[in-house]
Amino acid sequence: MPVEFRADLHIHSCLSPCADLFMTPRNIIEKAASLGINLIAVCDHNSAENIAATLELGRKHGITVIPGMEITSTEETHILGLFGSLEKSYEMQAVIYEHLQPGDNDEDVFGIQVVVNEEDEVLGFNKRLLIGSTDLPVNRIVDLIHGFGGLAIAGHIDREAFGIIGQLGFIPAGIGFDALEISSRTPVDKAMETFGMYRSIPWITSSDAHELEDIGRRTVGLHLNHATFEELCLALRGVEGREVIF
Amino acid sequence: MDLHEIVSSLSLEVTTPELSLTREVTGGYVSDLLSDVMGNSHAGNIWITLQIHLNIIAVASLKELSGIILVNNRKPDADTLKKAVAENIPVMTSSLPTFELVGRLYALGLRCR
Repeated sequence: MPVEFRADLHIHSCLSPCADLFMTPRNIIEKAASLGINLIAVCDHNSAENIAATLELGRKHGITVIPGMEITSTEETHILGLFGSLEKSYEMQAVIYEHLQPGDNDEDVFGIQVVVNEEDEVLGFNKRLLIGSTDLPVNRIVDLIHGFGGLAIAGHIDREAFGIIGQLGFIPAGIGFDALEISSRTPVDKAMETFGMYRSIPWITSSDAHELEDIGRRTVGLHLNHATFEELCLALRGVEGREVIF
Repeated sequence: MDLHEIVSSLSLEVTTPELSLTREVTGGYVSDLLSDVMGNSHAGNIWITLQIHLNIIAVASLKELSGIILVNNRKPDADTLKKAVAENIPVMTSSLPTFELVGRLYALGLRCR
């Protein structure tokens, strides 16, 4: 019998150049635990290098951490990829790194990209241009995510900047998104009114947190049997009583 | 001014040779945000963009634009071209960056209207 879980499936860590340095795996997990959130996904820009530490800490605090990534397509749309294991997210990351805009991150302009361990110790700095875009078309990114068994979610469709509707005018037919994300900027009733034509695809809403206080400012309810990635997949398809409560 | 005149004046490469270039061009619009083109372009405009996603054809068709010029030698993929032919939207490419291309269109007398 499915029960309700709370999820915030779009949180940035200090690996994202635009995120606050206090967004360490430890702080993220402690904050999520204090808010009673059951599942989170860490989705840094075009990288998955802080997932391992977050997964480990989540395990200790009873929070399910879903490996994720916020991928920038060549059209400059943001696509969230959520994966069933750390390995799958690393496989996706390898493809993304191959296709990421070349160049080094300018820390003074974009911010630093810190890779840390469970103790908040700095393991290193990612030098790639994570804020840049890949040369992969959005359709190809969705196919790649599915190829690694992941969920492909159109990020913050209500935002003009980097939202798929802002960039491409409308959501292309037949692209196969597993869900669409509404950001915290748009009230739920307003989103229903504006994007009602896309209700045939499941919706989620999440914080897109870049600072600790942002975590949980939007969460989505999920009816699941257990707080796992597999159950999330089933909820998006509405299998046997599992569902997304939007 | 028709598309033919623009193609020859600016040495554009036509990626949809199946389509007629006799269409009248009444003005021009430049944007890479398709939602903006949907909101602010006018019927008969030639649209200058670097986006090559399939959706550009649907937007041009919806707004009854006279054609699309892709800048910086950007090449549309096979799906986009197929849709362009089906929707009768001529697609041209230029090696020029947007700034240069639009300057030349302006010099030919085109305006944003």
